[in-house]
Amino acid sequence: MALLQLSEPGESPAPHTRRLAVGIDLGTTNSLVATVRHSLTECLPDEQGRALLPSVVRYAKGSVTVGADALAVQAQDPRNTIASVKRLMGRGLADADPAMRARFDLADAGGMVRIKTVAGEKSPVEVSAEILKVLRARAEETLDGELVGAVITVPAYFDDAQRQATKDAARVAGLNVLRLLNEPTAAAIAYGLDEGAEGVYAVFDLGGGTFDFSVLRLSKGVFEVMATSGDSALGGDDFDEALAQWLHAETRGADLDCGSHRALLAEARRVKEALTASATVTAEVPLLGGGKRDIGVSATHFHALTKPLIERCFSPVKKALRDAGLKAPDIEAVVLVGGATRMPHLRDAVQAFFGRTPHTDIDPDKVVAIGAAIQANVLAGNRRADEDWLLLDVIPLSLGLETMGGLVERIITRNSTIPVAKAQEFTTYKDGQTAMAINVVQGERDLVSECRALARFELRGIPPMAAGAARIRVTFQVDADGLLSVSAREQTSGVEASVSVKPSYGLSDDEITAMLKAGAEHATADMQERALREQQVEADRLVDATRQALAADAALLSAEERSAIDQAIDALRTLRQGEDHLAIKAGIEALSRATADFAARRMDQAIRNALTGSRIDNLPV
Amino acid sequence: MAVTLSASAARHVANFMTKRGKGVGIRLGVKTSGCSGMAYKLEYADEQAGDDLVFESHGVKVLVDPKSLPYIDGTELDFVKEGLNEGFKFNNPNVKDACGCGESFNV
Repeated sequence: MALLQLSEPGESPAPHTRRLAVGIDLGTTNSLVATVRHSLTECLPDEQGRALLPSVVRYAKGSVTVGADALAVQAQDPRNTIASVKRLMGRGLADADPAMRARFDLADAGGMVRIKTVAGEKSPVEVSAEILKVLRARAEETLDGELVGAVITVPAYFDDAQRQATKDAARVAGLNVLRLLNEPTAAAIAYGLDEGAEGVYAVFDLGGGTFDFSVLRLSKGVFEVMATSGDSALGGDDFDEALAQWLHAETRGADLDCGSHRALLAEARRVKEALTASATVTAEVPLLGGGKRDIGVSATHFHALTKPLIERCFSPVKKALRDAGLKAPDIEAVVLVGGATRMPHLRDAVQAFFGRTPHTDIDPDKVVAIGAAIQANVLAGNRRADEDWLLLDVIPLSLGLETMGGLVERIITRNSTIPVAKAQEFTTYKDGQTAMAINVVQGERDLVSECRALARFELRGIPPMAAGAARIRVTFQVDADGLLSVSAREQTSGVEASVSVKPSYGLSDDEITAMLKAGAEHATADMQERALREQQVEADRLVDATRQALAADAALLSAEERSAIDQAIDALRTLRQGEDHLAIKAGIEALSRATADFAARRMDQAIRNALTGSRIDNLPV
Repeated sequence: MAVTLSASAARHVANFMTKRGKGVGIRLGVKTSGCSGMAYKLEYADEQAGDDLVFESHGVKVLVDPKSLPYIDGTELDFVKEGLNEGFKFNNPNVKDACGCGESFNV
């Protein structure tokens, strides 16, 4: 018979109506699954009582091993034992993490990179799916039923390609994704609901492979993410690597093969973890050709060695605070997430920066999964309606489209809360224009060439009209998972076109960080460039329009008038080639003045023609 | 006339209540729903109602409303593990037949 759970007063479910849902933290180093049982949120352990599933997948001929068993043989079979696959999610070969390229035999498959194993080429989606399958089986066995769905967490910095790849992995694993949730937001849910405290919080999440920093406002049960920032190529792994490199240098070892490098990394990790509790730890460094050498590592030395890594954390921290319009003392509490935040010198650095002791009540390895499980429980419908709460999240980079002159018109600015839909009207540039290309871009710069191209589509079948008469409404919509769809509709004819942003698998984390940085650094240059491009576009438009008018109504002009206009056109065309936007502006004004009479005469003529033969009472009012 | 907890059930209830941080005990009962007539109620209790029957078992207070008692009198609530799955089980002598999964029953 089914085993029953304790419910909150008055909430015993009717038979067969319990809807099983889980939260999954699909981490770079470890993954977890959590759920709400007996009204308590807990991570589900395996048969050995281990909640953490190492995110490691080993491929052998005809079999797949996941977790601790795969991790155990990592050193013996490094090429077929895939770790940190999260770093490859949604990535092409060209922008794959260099460290991952060194560790694995990667192949180009057009879109996302493939990993060559004895069991064939595997995509990061397939590898992640193996991890998710194990967690799904664990949950279904523990909860004795089929799952309605799962909330899976992703770093706030994941772009559309990476989010889509995560969803794909869930689908391959047979999981229904209720929602993708940003990891820091999940942590806030875990803390927000457990403590019910209001105020501005910072979530400092240093996981195995990613760093996310978020500023969140918690009030009346509503979470609002004010700003997010981070570095998705910084994590606990880097601390291991730094220590491993130092240990290697100490032994003056020869070149390490792949296997011994891993053994060294594993030892470095052990030492790092031991140093959270002890002042000195002896590292047993495996020597090439067998044997070991003991090297003493003091906490002080480890701290000095990894100081640059700790410092790297604080540049995104400062950026997010700036974006939120806050200073460190405004933050009422700091939440630490991720196993790497157990390092005492990191805690000290966070404490020094914010001037307060960070929160560590919930196990930093589990807090994200717990938040995801709480969210999953709500989305699966296991809560009373009056307890429903709103969850706001933000987009990491501005979204916009290309306008004439290669400029970006931002439609949704970064750190807008999602889900969000925004629309703006655009028009045609040329008379009789019947199509418009919509180039969707992501980034903080004013020039399209400096931003990331996300998608491109064309709106066709616009009725021929004078330039500027068509009204094309472009709508950007970002759903709760952070996935974008863009649609364009010509308002008079109703023609429509749209695109969902499919993974374009191409942007590296460094690029995202660089794009954010560049947006601020190039603000002035961008402004000038924008002014220049705008004047150039206007100059082209005016020259074009004048020429068309001359072709149609040259008879209205005397020879001198015509020559004056031609001269003004030539002058403007010359100026347009230059870089001085003010000079171009003056040229535009000169041409406008030169054609003012001509334009007036054309207007008169047009009105005369329109009125000829009409009775006054037939005229439209 | 009693409803009792097994030692294992009492230990788990006490543990869950500590983590939950409040409550005077648990409430057992029945409600009319489900594919086979009756369904069990198994809930945390934050307060005792005036006409509640109170049983104490291994230090845990068990509340039962008088209308439910005839259906579950003599029940021992057990906590069992079946592989990774674990939860509470009603060993109810009054049950004549239950639906396949045991989530609802007839007396």
